[in-house]
Amino acid sequence: MKRPVRFRVNGRPVSLDTERDRTLLWVLRGDLGLTGTKFGCGVGACGSCTVVVDGKAVRSCQASLNDVQGREVVTIEGLAREGTLHPLQQAFIDHGALQCGYCTPGMLMNAYALLALNPRPVPEAIEKAMEDNLCRCGAYMRILVAIAAVSREGGRP
Amino acid sequence: MSARAEIDRRSFIERLGGGILIIVSLGPDALLAQQRRRGYPTDVNAYLRIGANGRVTVFSGKIEMGQGVMTSQAQMLAEELGIALESIEMVLGDTDRCPWDMGTFGSLTTRMFGPALRAAGAEARAVLLQLASEQLGLPGERLVAANGVVSVKDDPGRSISYGQLAKGQAITRTLDRKAVLRSVSEFTVMGQSPLRLDARDKVTGVAKYAGDVRLPGMLYARLLRPPAHGAKLVTADTSAAAKLPGVVVVNEPDLVAVLHADPEAAAAALAHVKAEWTPAPPGADQDGIFDELVAKAPAPEVKETKGVLDGEPAPGARRFEHTYRKGYVAHAPIEPHTATATFEKGKLTIWASTQTPFPLHDRLAPMLGLDPVSVRVITPYVGGGFGGKSAGLQAEEAARLAKLTGRPVQVAFTRGEEFFYDTFDPAAVVKITSAVDAAGRITLWDYDVYFAGDRAAQLFYEVPNARRRVFGGSSGGASVHRFAVGPWRAPGANMNVWARESQIDIMAAAARIDPVEFRLRNIQDERMRRCLQEAARKFDWKPAPGPSGRGFGVACGVDSGSYAALMAEVQVDRRRGTVKVERVVCAQDMGVVVNPVGATMQVEGCITMGLGYVLSEELHFRGGQLVTENYDSYEIPRFSWRPGAIETVLVKNDELSPQGGGEPAIVPMGGVIANAVFDAAGVRLLRLPMTRARLKAALDEAPGPKSR
Repeated sequence: MKRPVRFRVNGRPVSLDTERDRTLLWVLRGDLGLTGTKFGCGVGACGSCTVVVDGKAVRSCQASLNDVQGREVVTIEGLAREGTLHPLQQAFIDHGALQCGYCTPGMLMNAYALLALNPRPVPEAIEKAMEDNLCRCGAYMRILVAIAAVSREGGRP
Repeated sequence: MSARAEIDRRSFIERLGGGILIIVSLGPDALLAQQRRRGYPTDVNAYLRIGANGRVTVFSGKIEMGQGVMTSQAQMLAEELGIALESIEMVLGDTDRCPWDMGTFGSLTTRMFGPALRAAGAEARAVLLQLASEQLGLPGERLVAANGVVSVKDDPGRSISYGQLAKGQAITRTLDRKAVLRSVSEFTVMGQSPLRLDARDKVTGVAKYAGDVRLPGMLYARLLRPPAHGAKLVTADTSAAAKLPGVVVVNEPDLVAVLHADPEAAAAALAHVKAEWTPAPPGADQDGIFDELVAKAPAPEVKETKGVLDGEPAPGARRFEHTYRKGYVAHAPIEPHTATATFEKGKLTIWASTQTPFPLHDRLAPMLGLDPVSVRVITPYVGGGFGGKSAGLQAEEAARLAKLTGRPVQVAFTRGEEFFYDTFDPAAVVKITSAVDAAGRITLWDYDVYFAGDRAAQLFYEVPNARRRVFGGSSGGASVHRFAVGPWRAPGANMNVWARESQIDIMAAAARIDPVEFRLRNIQDERMRRCLQEAARKFDWKPAPGPSGRGFGVACGVDSGSYAALMAEVQVDRRRGTVKVERVVCAQDMGVVVNPVGATMQVEGCITMGLGYVLSEELHFRGGQLVTENYDSYEIPRFSWRPGAIETVLVKNDELSPQGGGEPAIVPMGGVIANAVFDAAGVRLLRLPMTRARLKAALDEAPGPKSR
């Protein structure tokens, strides 16, 4: 049944007249054209579709519009502000924490949620928080180094 | 070989300058295949265009799938042309704009395309110098070209930019002599490690992959798929699906699809298609496949024979016979196979996640009944390939559907389709009979490989009596494999090197000789000796015969023209059967290194990804039917698996042109971890992957940590 769904994406209000059981991932990628959020597995096992909802990392392939009604969604497109990269984005570039780049948006959003919750996580806490995001190219070591570099600097909320 | 091919080959070799090495390391078959096709063009304009504003567009048929060749190719061109890296825009894998290329695989971009690209840059630079010489009225010796500007050596104020010289036009002039490539000592851009050119796009979500293409009126397709490998479609009733709002249905004998503007609606509509399938024929279970492979193997190709295989063993010599088995392994890139196609005014344009845009182009044109010029394949960023994105079923389907429906169509595999249609690294068997004498010298090497092919199987150990037989290659083999098989990051080499390096270690342990010392005693090849010695230095390897209880392992291999020696330290949890890799050191000789950090990242990727085929990755199947459908039943390496440290030593070898870097370091991973596990726990599995269950079973049977 169609009922208007209202939420915020990257600081902007969104109102959609659509079915509320639709999956957030496809609404982001389709209706809203935010293709930075990636489909990887469809069962919440890889983390490439991770977005942040009210400060928490969420697998957008497992979330429906019902789950975000009235909430604040941040996607990879919302991480940089006015052309200035978020420290995590800069750290991923500086430390070579990506290869094919397909898992990168999910990695960054997961790390962003971690630092929002805990701005100075110890390496063990970073590893634990990132554990369920998969990178097939094998950039794990550099991803952890990049996040730790931002963690030491206190991150940015 | 035809006369035409011979001419192409000669001109190609001339263009490469120092190309003989490259040809040797590539192997004649792949090169000739390329020659038989088109080869790389000799016109520099095929590779680059200098804009009036000085910006340089570089065209390459190679694609970027994470291996960093967008950056390394730009470095090579910038070096030879004499421009800043920042002034380059890369256009990759676009069949309308880029020079023909057979595909991005085999660690060939730098060693094979690199020389052609560099030659084009060098020639363009020489032409620009000539033009500047005429315009400035000065002899070429008084001019210098750098940073996109030709200036007068003793009067740097007098200069003319590349943009002013080229005026955005094609370079029509040719040189009367061949331009000389810059030497290592002259390098200012090559040999450096600039930040990746693709990094900013990839951290901001701007980077476009095939599934990110959005076209007006585009439909998402979901295709009817067989319930099992070998099942054939009898009938498909799409009438119920066709009645759903917004659904477009295609029902062809070999192509049944439902399409909708919303991918979820397309998926829901697919559930309304009623289909009847023939039952799938019975087949093997995952542990029963090996006997079947050996039984059905074709007659062998004998690759090497020397000495006497069945001679009297020397006094004190010991003989070892072992059989090694490895299951099917998936590519499992995080980006599933995806393509977006549009058919307009008789021309098909398709954005595909593919490693082989030109071969795909050449398949699509006849398939759609189109003239080759009416098909354009564009390759955006590819989200991981590892050899798996060479097949291209999804692109064929998207192309056909776009033509049939007259609408832009996207086909994006689900994870289930990704596993079902993957071209797996084949299950394979290696049988080795070897012998070692009392002095620790290998005296016999009788090697039979089934369905892994010959890659990296050539022996670099000095053995007087040897035979190598190859029963079936690593691709094809449709009569024996139920599933499609194909290249997987260093095809077949992982199997061959794991088996060989395990067997070497078994002999070293039996001879009570340290495994590094044992290798050095039996290897004369200087490049491999240096890699072993550099790795041992970095690792701080202290000699001890295995199993020493320390959990130290060594293995080495040759692949894609590069040499790699790996050393690892592991801990084995005897109770749970788990392996924790504490540290891996890799010493790699890859000739001239274009981008040291980029090369190091490839080594790290190889080592991390390699842990998967060693410890967990294997397709599960019963009765010939795949059970694996997603990452929850197919474990790839995770954050917590990564080695505590990966240390890479790029062994200096500037005498050799750049060699491959995307694969060599993954090749010894099976051997180095297997050997380290043996050193830690005294058990050796002759089956990959060394899963927790298999390792625990072996540990439970073993009497104690130090026993063999």
